[in-house]
Amino acid sequence: MSGQQRTVVAAIWDFFCSLKLSIFTLIVLAITSIIGTVIQQNRPAEEYLRFFSEKTYHLLNSLQFFDMYHSWWFIGLLILFSVNLVCCSIKRLPRVWKLVRQPQFTPSETLLKSFSNVDEQLVTGSLDEVRQRLEAFVTREFASPVCNSGEAGLYLYADKSRYARLGVYVTHLSILIIFIGAIIGNLFGYKAFVNIPEGGSVDQVWLRSGGVADLGFSVTCEDFSVSFYDNSQRPKEYRSLLTIKDGGEVVIDKRPVIVNDPLSYKGITFYQSSYGPAGGEVLSVKVKLRGTDKAQAYTLQRGERALLPDDTRIQLVDFTPSFRNFGPAARLQVQPASAEAFSVTLFKNFPDFDDQRGGEHIFTLEDFDQKYYTGLQATKDPGVWVVWLGCTLLVLGSLVAFFLSHRRLWVVLSEKQGKVRVRLVGSAHRNQPAFELYFDRLKEAFRKELA
Amino acid sequence: MQSGQLFNLVTIAYFASMVLFIAFLALRGKLIARLATWTAVAGFLLQTGAIGLRWYETYQIPGGAGYAPMSNLYESVVFFSWTILLIYLLIDLKYRQPAVGAFVLPFAFLAMTWAQLRLDDTISPLVPALQSNWLTYHVITCFLGYAAFAVACGVSIMYLIKVAKEKDGGSGPAGGIVGQFPSAKVLDDLNYKAIMIGFPLLSLGIITGAAWANYAWGTYWSWDPKETWSLIVWFIYAAFLHARITRGWAGRRAAVLSIVGFAATIFCYLGVNLLLAGLHSYGS
Repeated sequence: MSGQQRTVVAAIWDFFCSLKLSIFTLIVLAITSIIGTVIQQNRPAEEYLRFFSEKTYHLLNSLQFFDMYHSWWFIGLLILFSVNLVCCSIKRLPRVWKLVRQPQFTPSETLLKSFSNVDEQLVTGSLDEVRQRLEAFVTREFASPVCNSGEAGLYLYADKSRYARLGVYVTHLSILIIFIGAIIGNLFGYKAFVNIPEGGSVDQVWLRSGGVADLGFSVTCEDFSVSFYDNSQRPKEYRSLLTIKDGGEVVIDKRPVIVNDPLSYKGITFYQSSYGPAGGEVLSVKVKLRGTDKAQAYTLQRGERALLPDDTRIQLVDFTPSFRNFGPAARLQVQPASAEAFSVTLFKNFPDFDDQRGGEHIFTLEDFDQKYYTGLQATKDPGVWVVWLGCTLLVLGSLVAFFLSHRRLWVVLSEKQGKVRVRLVGSAHRNQPAFELYFDRLKEAFRKELA
Repeated sequence: MQSGQLFNLVTIAYFASMVLFIAFLALRGKLIARLATWTAVAGFLLQTGAIGLRWYETYQIPGGAGYAPMSNLYESVVFFSWTILLIYLLIDLKYRQPAVGAFVLPFAFLAMTWAQLRLDDTISPLVPALQSNWLTYHVITCFLGYAAFAVACGVSIMYLIKVAKEKDGGSGPAGGIVGQFPSAKVLDDLNYKAIMIGFPLLSLGIITGAAWANYAWGTYWSWDPKETWSLIVWFIYAAFLHARITRGWAGRRAAVLSIVGFAATIFCYLGVNLLLAGLHSYGS
């Protein structure tokens, strides 16, 4: 490699390591992310064409603005962001790691002079006696020191929160871990949905990306119900009772699944997501012959007919769950064996209503049952634990990076004209103002100790 | 006594405290500063009680199963002003810079006024999507973060005023209202400290939101506008934190980033709900 090539490589390397690139990428990510919050994402083309002219639409589409968070340029920005993270860590981590693993027990004079928290005293006594006193002092006031000899004499070294220096790198690494978790989820997982009518079973789900996925087991919806808060339309609970059969055996029996309480089986999780009516209502109608105690119940769906013992035919013509303010109401067409046909209206909330008609038969609407289907979201995401690991490290790493600081203290003892020259030197890798205050107090104690 | 009446008293206390802090800037005097701080503390304690009372009230409505009062726009705005006071008072306890109060209390007062005058304070039981403990964790962490950013924004505005005045040469011991401001260096440091508190809280807020979304809908991230905006806010403050250790970016540029960050925060909190469509709605 020629010298010029080397400088080009070095320049590229420096570019990818630079803090300016980080700031630039973060700001560009922030600004471009706005686009997808203003333009609704992943809508059908017709919807966009209502807002934009054809020309604008094609321009925006070619820029992938309609699915921008998965566009080549946005992914590219995220890759640039990751490369920047990796490069700056590669550049700085070895030095920091060395500082953590191999503290500078006997720093050079140049290094000592570079610190601003310094105090110096000249004391009488032997080197060894002063060392003992100061070892006790440092242990009491800060942390127990190690003693080494070097060019200037004896060096006592103590430090605290050494690993705080790694907080930044843990934070950086955590972001990469989150990305890895997201990629795992995208490659090996899926998002799907399935609608199951009450009583029905499925063993496949419909992928959001198109196509179907086999579950390898079956899910049955035993029951679905929706409840409301008293006297209001405000929903209180959507509840599906799900049964899972695997290899013909019931493994989960009638487990209630509500919003915020999903069901997991073999890595696939089912979430209560929507519901809707499945087919018509089933009514239970009671028929009583006037003057007798005998009553017979019939279950009818809309349009269904039934034959009474006296050859009268009835047919459920219509039903509504709420007729004006009167609640559930049904209309029956009644065809006696030898008379004109007529129709009657039954109200569930007014069971005596048909009695007052004075007819031969007394009909009452006992109850009705609406069949629903439950809409479930089905998700398989083997990467989600990796994401949570990354998130935990992100929070812990940033707390360490922000609130802990690696504090170091040296006491350098050198013999000088029959006396001992004692130097106290302190350094903190962050939050200097707080350390200065601390060092000022330490300095006072130090002077008192040696006085 | 109902919580609504207590919240009115809280609003008055924050107004009084705000006026006292501004009076302190103009008149100086330790006594005024102390009075302003104590009024703020009194308002804060009253608000804590009022939120507790409202919590109790959620159990009293027909069919009410009770819930932490952070579920609709009114409750969240009230809670926001409470967190602003909490973070401000903690910072004040440590750094004792009463002038900052004049730039932070207005946020809390505005929030309370808006909530009391314009927002619907009906207590309604929770819809199924909100029936989760994650709601409480998510709201608490997010709003503590937002509150720290509000304090940072107030301090940054002070910084810009201070620096602009010093450039005019109008400073000195008799530098008018600005004379009571802490030095530019202290303001820059306070700005950083507040964001240092806010950033991990915002991260935690986003994470608890993602965890909840994953638990309720099976997807921890769906690029919903609210999620995206919280990430935008995160990007801005991440840029701020890196800017502070870059030469030429500390001071003025950092202060501007902090103000932009808070503007984005407010948009994330309110703008997204009022202007954009998405998953987060405050049940109108």
